[in-house]
Amino acid sequence: MRKVAIIGTGHTDFGFNSPKTGLELFCEAATEAMVEANVQPKDIQALYCGNGLSDFSEGQIMIQSYIADSLGCRHIPATRFEAACSSATVAIRDAYMWVASGFYDIVLVGGTEKATAMGTALATRTFAMGTDARYEFPAGLTFPGFFGLLANLYAKKYNIPFERLRNQMSLVSVQSHSYGVKNPHAQFKKEITVDQVEKAFMVASPLTLLDCCPFSDGAAALVIASEEKARALCDTPIYIAGVGQASSGMLSCQYKDIPRLKAREISVKQAYDMAGVGPQDIDVCELHDCFSIASIIAAEGLGFAEFGKGGQLWEKEETRIGGKIPINISGGLKSKGHPIGATGASQTVEIVKQLRGDLVGQERQVEGARVGLVDTLGGDGILCNLILKKERE
Amino acid sequence: MEYPLPFERYNSALKKNILLGLKCRQCQKITCPPQMTCQECSSFDLEITELGGTGTIQTYTTIYIAAENRENEVPYVIVLVELEEGPWIMGELSAINPEEASLDMIGKRVRMGNRVFPGDRYSNGSAARPVFYRLD
Repeated sequence: MRKVAIIGTGHTDFGFNSPKTGLELFCEAATEAMVEANVQPKDIQALYCGNGLSDFSEGQIMIQSYIADSLGCRHIPATRFEAACSSATVAIRDAYMWVASGFYDIVLVGGTEKATAMGTALATRTFAMGTDARYEFPAGLTFPGFFGLLANLYAKKYNIPFERLRNQMSLVSVQSHSYGVKNPHAQFKKEITVDQVEKAFMVASPLTLLDCCPFSDGAAALVIASEEKARALCDTPIYIAGVGQASSGMLSCQYKDIPRLKAREISVKQAYDMAGVGPQDIDVCELHDCFSIASIIAAEGLGFAEFGKGGQLWEKEETRIGGKIPINISGGLKSKGHPIGATGASQTVEIVKQLRGDLVGQERQVEGARVGLVDTLGGDGILCNLILKKERE
Repeated sequence: MEYPLPFERYNSALKKNILLGLKCRQCQKITCPPQMTCQECSSFDLEITELGGTGTIQTYTTIYIAAENRENEVPYVIVLVELEEGPWIMGELSAINPEEASLDMIGKRVRMGNRVFPGDRYSNGSAARPVFYRLD
């Protein structure tokens, strides 16, 4: 397998009610990535697009084909990846495989989503399509409900007084907003307090509105290339050093593991082993914080804390810049936004920028970061992880 | 190979308050809701079995924001229940004020009934779902 690098990144603003179409958003992020990578449409050999819901939000399937044509990447293979919130991360992993194998030298990969046009009720319905349609949705399960179930199970299983877990979850959201203020692409650029999180209206107990990420519109894209092409085109290639992916079934069938998500532990081990690193080597991490409790569960599954003690990372401010493991310095899904098809590409763009040292001007640079981790969760349990390194082995 | 316990059969039984699962002839473990293989050992050697429908609450959430066209259902409580035969299933907790649901419910015994979700424009028809009633 060949070494593979990311040589270009693009990212639109994330937000509500974008006047642009999903295709337009993707094309804007993609051209930004192509300019940064110094490649032309004719250089792109394949396009992989993460997208969850354009069928429902815009009445558009096979968006990938229209995107490729609009970008001037005529007649190349274009493929849509649907893995709920992890769609783009799964697309990047596959793009990596195709380049690593030698089949392609340069691939354009990213994701796009327009969720806010659906309104809360339809968006909640379509997101709930990530639950089992016959055995879970009829019971009334929603995605906040999924993590509400896990939060209460977490408190009980680890014997954490609810008030303490409540505070830990609030600290997750407060930190995300404090960094989102500094991210020019973030949906929310507003600080919040612990008190505000706890007093916000309940969405699915014990999760309030400010424990939950928003519905969002946006896109992000990357150009990935073989090492040879990367060296020719780019002064600061960021290498994909490890990848992992795993799946699991409906929530009730995960009963032996939850609130741990076993698929994450399997996926991230693949990525760690492939990259030859462990959790202690990660300088900066973007993890899947769709809900505040999800961050705590993820931090444990990725190996940054013992099970039942993930919340202490936020209590001790270990997740901030300067802490043991800076997490979601982008503002995370909570503050930056969560356009589901684009989320994994956005997380990856963020880690690339951290490793290149691009974020000094935004006052959210993790100084000297050399190894970064991407963690994305789709639906009930599609986990995908990427480990990026600044230098070649 | 035929799916060992299709949704249609599971669903029509559930509408009569009969909970069907699958017993593995290899490892004896019970799978419910149905799968193609044993959720313990992945064996295809399964037989349909009737479960008792009693168990204990393992976790809960009260839903306040509903999906499209289910707004009139909120607030409602969803529980994950460990059945006496081992597997966990999901359903609504009935006969409770949702505002009073609490962590104290975890470990309490419940018995299953059912309610039918009539389906919406995205569902392939109606679906019965378990509804649980507290026994203690």
